[in-house]
Amino acid sequence: MFEIFGIPSQALFGQLLLGLINGSFYAILSLGLAVIFGLLNIINFTHGAQYMLGAFVAWMLLTYFGIGYWWALILAPVLVAVTGVILERLLISRLYQLDHLYGLLLTFGVALIVQGVLRNHYGISGMPYSIPEELSGAMNLGFMFLPVYRGWVVVASLVVCLGTWFVIEKTRLGAYLRAATENPALVGAFGINVPRMITLTYGFGVALAAFAGVLAAPIYSVNPNMGADLIIVVFAVVVIGGMGSILGAIATGFGLGLVEGLTKVFYPEASSVVIFVIMAIVLLVKPAGLFGRAS
Amino acid sequence: MMSAVVEGKAASSHAETGRTAKSRSHMALFLALLAAGLVAPFFLYPVFIMKVLCFALFACAFNLLLGYGGLLSFGHAAYFGGASYITAHAAKVWGLTPELAILVGTLAAAVLGLAIGALSIRRQGIYFAMVTLAFAQMVYFISLQVPFTGGEDGIQAVPRGELFGLISLKSDFSLYYVVLAITFGGLLAMHRIIHSPFGQVLTAIRENEARAISLGYRVNRYKLMVFVLSATLAGLAGSTKAIVFQVASLTDVHWSMSGEVVLMTLIGGMGTFFGPVVGAAVIVTMQNYLASFGAWVTVIQGAIFVVCVLLFREGIVGKAASIFKKFGAAVRKS
Repeated sequence: MFEIFGIPSQALFGQLLLGLINGSFYAILSLGLAVIFGLLNIINFTHGAQYMLGAFVAWMLLTYFGIGYWWALILAPVLVAVTGVILERLLISRLYQLDHLYGLLLTFGVALIVQGVLRNHYGISGMPYSIPEELSGAMNLGFMFLPVYRGWVVVASLVVCLGTWFVIEKTRLGAYLRAATENPALVGAFGINVPRMITLTYGFGVALAAFAGVLAAPIYSVNPNMGADLIIVVFAVVVIGGMGSILGAIATGFGLGLVEGLTKVFYPEASSVVIFVIMAIVLLVKPAGLFGRAS
Repeated sequence: MMSAVVEGKAASSHAETGRTAKSRSHMALFLALLAAGLVAPFFLYPVFIMKVLCFALFACAFNLLLGYGGLLSFGHAAYFGGASYITAHAAKVWGLTPELAILVGTLAAAVLGLAIGALSIRRQGIYFAMVTLAFAQMVYFISLQVPFTGGEDGIQAVPRGELFGLISLKSDFSLYYVVLAITFGGLLAMHRIIHSPFGQVLTAIRENEARAISLGYRVNRYKLMVFVLSATLAGLAGSTKAIVFQVASLTDVHWSMSGEVVLMTLIGGMGTFFGPVVGAAVIVTMQNYLASFGAWVTVIQGAIFVVCVLLFREGIVGKAASIFKKFGAAVRKS
């Protein structure tokens, strides 16, 4: 072990890794928000609650049905996405003709309901979810010990983010999606079922959030409030990055996570506000966001 | 600039008769509310009504920005809670009299509103809501960490003190009339703002921003001004609340408080002058009666959000006004 700027390398790289993990969650969540916003034109305030639901469903699958982590990684996003599809069909779809703000208010209300119900049932103390056996333990990288699970979270998030980028930018389905974002009426005229696409897109965005939730379950304790504060930070991330570019959203998410981690090392008091300060600077210098197109 | 204002006035003069009728009915409502406020403490628990009054002022201040400026701020707790911290500190540590403590808190909210508003108005629509929410969260974290706010405990045992150093506010009754005066002062000021040429320009910007720009208005300056006014009045409400309850705590700066004020405005009627007053009364009463249900209150509030957005977007006062109008039209026809 050695020291950098008077900081033991283990502490520095440990915090950087933690920052990278937070950054993964920022990236996945802001990606989901951006995909949903692109097509539905609403800001999905329920996103934090859906992230939390992902973690909860994984915990429930294990506790009540004995279904382990790997299945939960697939099942939880699918199940939460189904609830998202129902939500979109039943409630959100009634608001497309109205001001965007109503979508924000509706999804805020839904988030309050979901969080409140789970808080009544499970309290706020949080339940542990143990790391799967295959991913427990740590590796010695020479300059630091890397807990295997944390490394896995970063890799899995990167794969999912880049996969999403590939689907949206490089496939025919993604081309439809981008076209519908630009001009839904025209895409509909070509015989593509736009309402169904909107529903599935919402489901997909929600599944991303839930996936992040399952990844987070073994790191943070599973509790009903875990998404509530996170989503506000993610909003700031979205404002900083702008929602115009997918790779931009991913890079912003990971980058801000790292910055937060670094702040924790050098000036811990500011670590909870550093992202908001960066947002203020970006608003001053480039209001449309780092990767945003000027409106 | 001036000529445009005059032009706007002339263009709307044909609607003048409707407006005088409206402002006359507003005056009648003001007087009725004031009369009700004067006798209310003889029938209801004064502290409860003071709570309603503080939240009514807060919700009206928020509605000034949303209903008339067309800007949805999801971070109004920052000014409400921030001002209450400053007032509590001023009254307790600096030993200021209550009116000065409230003044200091309100001014602090104005400064905070100026800083956050200047940054937030650089983005529009949905981004504006996210930016204000994020800045409010920043204020929350700062309140949690700086030493003078007392962290999780907040500032407790804030003295109510003596008004102008003369009149003791220890009794709920005497404090009540001070709070009533502050609330009505705030409401009247807002009424004046909304019905001034400035307010008319705001409405024009809300309805059609591009056209307002093409008419030569400096739209951003108007937006910032209404933002600061709204933050200031929200701060006045928060400061008053700190004196009434003798405490300033993290609850008042938390995002759920920002959500609550949105809910009050939504349920009462966005863009109606008295809607937020009704909404505040409904929500505070509900919280009082449902306090024993604990976390279910959040669920109920969420459900009200959903129902209001889907089925009841006009709000109570908006709905009542449209029923009244329909009824009036039917009477005139017969």
